[in-house]
Amino acid sequence: MKLRKTYTPYLFLLPALVFMGIFLFYPIADVFRLSFTDYNMITEPSFLGMENYQELLSDPIFWKSLKNSFIYLIGVVPILVIAPIFLAVLVNHKLRGMKWFRAAYYIPVVTSMVVVGIMWKWLYKGNGLLNYLLQTIGLIDDPIYWLTSPQYALYSVMAVTVWKGLGYYMVIYLSGLQSIPANLYEAAEIDGASWWQKHLKVTIPLLKPSILLVMILSSIAAMKVFTEVYVMTNGGPLNSSKTLVYYIYEIAFEQLNLGYAAAMGFVLFIIIFILSFFNISLMDHGEG
Amino acid sequence: MSQSLKKVIKKGLLYLLLFTIALITIGPFLWLLSTALKSGGENIFQYPPKLIPESPTLVNFLKVREAVAIERYFLNSTFVALATISLNIVVSALAAYPLARMKFKFKNIIFYGILGTMMVPFQILMISIYVFSVRTGITDSYAGLILPVAVNAFGIFLLRQAFLKIPVDIEEAAIIDGCNSFQIWWRILLPLIKPSIATLAIFTFMMSWSRFMWPLIVISNPEYYTLPIGISYLSGLFSSNWRLIAAGSLISIIPIIIIFLFLQRYFIKGAMAGAVKG
Repeated sequence: MKLRKTYTPYLFLLPALVFMGIFLFYPIADVFRLSFTDYNMITEPSFLGMENYQELLSDPIFWKSLKNSFIYLIGVVPILVIAPIFLAVLVNHKLRGMKWFRAAYYIPVVTSMVVVGIMWKWLYKGNGLLNYLLQTIGLIDDPIYWLTSPQYALYSVMAVTVWKGLGYYMVIYLSGLQSIPANLYEAAEIDGASWWQKHLKVTIPLLKPSILLVMILSSIAAMKVFTEVYVMTNGGPLNSSKTLVYYIYEIAFEQLNLGYAAAMGFVLFIIIFILSFFNISLMDHGEG
Repeated sequence: MSQSLKKVIKKGLLYLLLFTIALITIGPFLWLLSTALKSGGENIFQYPPKLIPESPTLVNFLKVREAVAIERYFLNSTFVALATISLNIVVSALAAYPLARMKFKFKNIIFYGILGTMMVPFQILMISIYVFSVRTGITDSYAGLILPVAVNAFGIFLLRQAFLKIPVDIEEAAIIDGCNSFQIWWRILLPLIKPSIATLAIFTFMMSWSRFMWPLIVISNPEYYTLPIGISYLSGLFSSNWRLIAAGSLISIIPIIIIFLFLQRYFIKGAMAGAVKG
């Protein structure tokens, strides 16, 4: 039997480590370094110390976009955690044609956000279909300017994020549901449990790992929102729908103020890091 | 009320609910399709709106071709997706093998180092990757579109899980037969993890086909526009021609929807596996 050469595993790993070294490990360190500099790509980065971070504290647009990102988080995450549970329970019924309903609910997930954004921009128009439908059923009297009025723009974009994400989280819950033993439901039925009791006592507790996963995934996704904002509002009107990542994009790639953008990026990283831990401890707490 | 009647009513209500929700998820697509099929003579803002066009026409789809180089975007998207998939699969499958099956120094450090990169969003790294791309001259090129986003921890993690599930004796038998490590990987193990490779391929395809932010940053030459960038450009260029925008949008999503309808299973598996990615 031939002995394996000691360098063999490293040879297998080499291509991955080269790619990840250049496009993941190095950039992590580099962004951190850039965040302490003034850099515009024309002249060499000059060291600023904490100045970028200090400037952030007094930048009203940074605070505005940070606030918007948190509104996004608080608005989008609960819906994306709860609504797909109902969807998953619904499509878990054994009915004819269910395969097609599942597919229909998943199609927004496979569609690119650019097209989803354009499609909703069309629906959201002042004289568009959505206003017509809402007026017809009497929910509103006058058309709402969903994307062009500062009070609605952010929420309209959030609704699109929710619409596109529902199917994805539904699938995660569905596989969680399918691992719950059927006899638990049968036992609950014998005890005379109602539909609500059954799901409250069996589904929700056993779905806990999936719920945690969806909480983490959807909150991280909410903090990274960019494309829907870019396509539908460009962060406007009056910065009312500007999210943190959109602001980073503007500062970095429209104003080429890369050091300042890197500092914001580092703030975003910290937030995402904290969110993951917060979500996990929240779930642990609920255990007792 | 008899038991069977109750059942029928319950079933009817379920279907009603299922259809209503399907209308919410599919309705917007139908409206987009309706807009794309309406001829220039039909008012697309008419009250009340009409879902079925008066005289359906494909002329808007042809006009997209005159307005922008949609075929070019299509080919770019296809090429970028195929290259990204191939690169990701080869590199991930190579790296996943020793991480699953071999003992070596620094194995844990390397594995957790790779996994740890999942915590850092691309939206932060792109600042530095952009600087790198400008310095190395890969902006406005296929290399710029593909290389920075091709390899990630997720692919390595997914294929490592697949390798772990293969019984060790298969490998031992191959060693006795005198296969070297590369032969074992290529001839024996890879064929056994085909389903996971298919899942990774589909998942990578989906990500690549809809990727927007990085191409937006790294590409300014329309020759390298992918479909999402091209469609966004089209919608800016003809911002009032909604028939054209609708037709262009549909052209860009039809391939992925068709592939999805045929390979649903792999999409769902990919979504599940992707969930671990975080």
